[in-house]
Amino acid sequence: MAALAHAITCIVRRDVTVAWRRVHDVVLPLVFFAIVTSLFPLGVGPEPNLLRELAPGVLWVAALLATMLSLNRLFANDYADGTLELLALAPHPLSVLAIAKVASHWLLTGLPLVLMAPLLALSLNLPDKALATLLYSLLLGTPVLSLIGAIGAALTLGLRGGGVLMSALVLPLYTPVLIFGAGAVAQAANGQSAEAHLSVLAAFLALALTLAPWATAAALRVSLD
Amino acid sequence: MHKYASPKIFYPFAGKLLPWLAALTAVLLVTGIYLGLFVAPPDYQQGDTVRIMFIHVPAAWMSMFIYVVMAAAGAIALSWQVKLAEVLASACAPIGASFTLLALVSGSLWGKPMWGTWWAWDARLTSELILLFLYLGFMALQASIEDPRRAARACAILALVGVVNIPIIHFSVEWWNTLHQAASVSKLGKPSIHIDILIPLLVMFGAFKAFFATTVLMRMRNELLERERETQWVAQVVEQDK
Amino acid sequence: MNWTEFFAMGGHAVYIWPVYGIAAVILAFNVIQPVTRRRTVFKRLRQYYRIKSKAR
Repeated sequence: MAALAHAITCIVRRDVTVAWRRVHDVVLPLVFFAIVTSLFPLGVGPEPNLLRELAPGVLWVAALLATMLSLNRLFANDYADGTLELLALAPHPLSVLAIAKVASHWLLTGLPLVLMAPLLALSLNLPDKALATLLYSLLLGTPVLSLIGAIGAALTLGLRGGGVLMSALVLPLYTPVLIFGAGAVAQAANGQSAEAHLSVLAAFLALALTLAPWATAAALRVSLD
Repeated sequence: MHKYASPKIFYPFAGKLLPWLAALTAVLLVTGIYLGLFVAPPDYQQGDTVRIMFIHVPAAWMSMFIYVVMAAAGAIALSWQVKLAEVLASACAPIGASFTLLALVSGSLWGKPMWGTWWAWDARLTSELILLFLYLGFMALQASIEDPRRAARACAILALVGVVNIPIIHFSVEWWNTLHQAASVSKLGKPSIHIDILIPLLVMFGAFKAFFATTVLMRMRNELLERERETQWVAQVVEQDK
Repeated sequence: MNWTEFFAMGGHAVYIWPVYGIAAVILAFNVIQPVTRRRTVFKRLRQYYRIKSKAR
């Protein structure tokens, strides 16, 4: 058990160190998040009431797309330098090691997105009362995005047309999270309770934590064979 | 049962079944369409547009049913490496996608006279659209992987992950108060529709099922010939076909 | 049987007939495609076996 915990911390620590050395890899999706969010006012006009209406959806779609972009980093680098094969041969369950990879991915992508979101929300006139719900919804939702995204990344490892193919596979699976995430924020913005939506998101997280690591490990084995 | 899992036995067996299944499909389709267009009375509220239901509801049901078959076949292929299961899953995808497309188009054309919009982003229609994307993703992933075994295993995982979507589709109508008509035919409850409407509907359900069985066997036989081309029995089949 | 009335479908003809028409197209495609493919498969396999036996 201790060995497994040690393995997990090693993986997370390594990923964070690597990310520190390749900061642009991590920062770019966050910049993308900001850019996409600013594109919408440019596209639909700066009318404050319109932006307020759109804000929950725009923020969530932008977060989704930014996560999509960052997914290629999840396994591709380790696949290229052979680390992934070593991980697969390790005496630990691959599904747990996959969780470790996803955890470090979330720490480097999902968490920063959550922290950035309130700032961007203000630029879109999201009412203050909805900010807490925005944070909760993203806190619950972005790990789900990372977990599901890991499956897509594992399935398309090394395939040509990988990035676009992965997006096509993963985005339909993201839609329930988007629906309830943006829905929660929209409810809060209207002064209504977002409890039901957040509960569903929590259920998604529980489901993803249970099933996604297995699917990711299975997909990694298929891709590595 | 296991002997039919061998491609060599399955191929001729399916070949013998095909004419019967095709005949059954034809009979059911003609009967269902005749009943739906000529016998079923127009609805009190919806008028003749209720006839669209005879295409839309069975098509939507098939779109989900075929996905489940595809995922189940994938699970078998993953667990026991049964080649026939791989071929079944692969054959299901284009047929399932076709039914999904039909459900979407017929749903849209049904919605316009009923609710005034060509498209409503409600839970049911949206989930059906997502299902179409899942089918297309499955077909794209399969096309991107050259080795048939690796492709089958990767697609099986994808299908199993996607199958979690199926309950969400089914219960979405309950979860959300939306525009879409509440499911009126359920295996568990009494259908809330008149028997004159119910019978053509059930016949069409059967017709689409038989259609699926027929076309999936046709596709499976084609794929088996290609995948097993190094074997004796395929060489014999090709030679005997003049 | 008043055929004009039948085809008019109470004014909803523009919705009903395209549905049945598109259904026919989709179902027909799903029959024609495997049939055509079968012929292609046989043709390709015949070629393949011919080349294989020559290479022996």
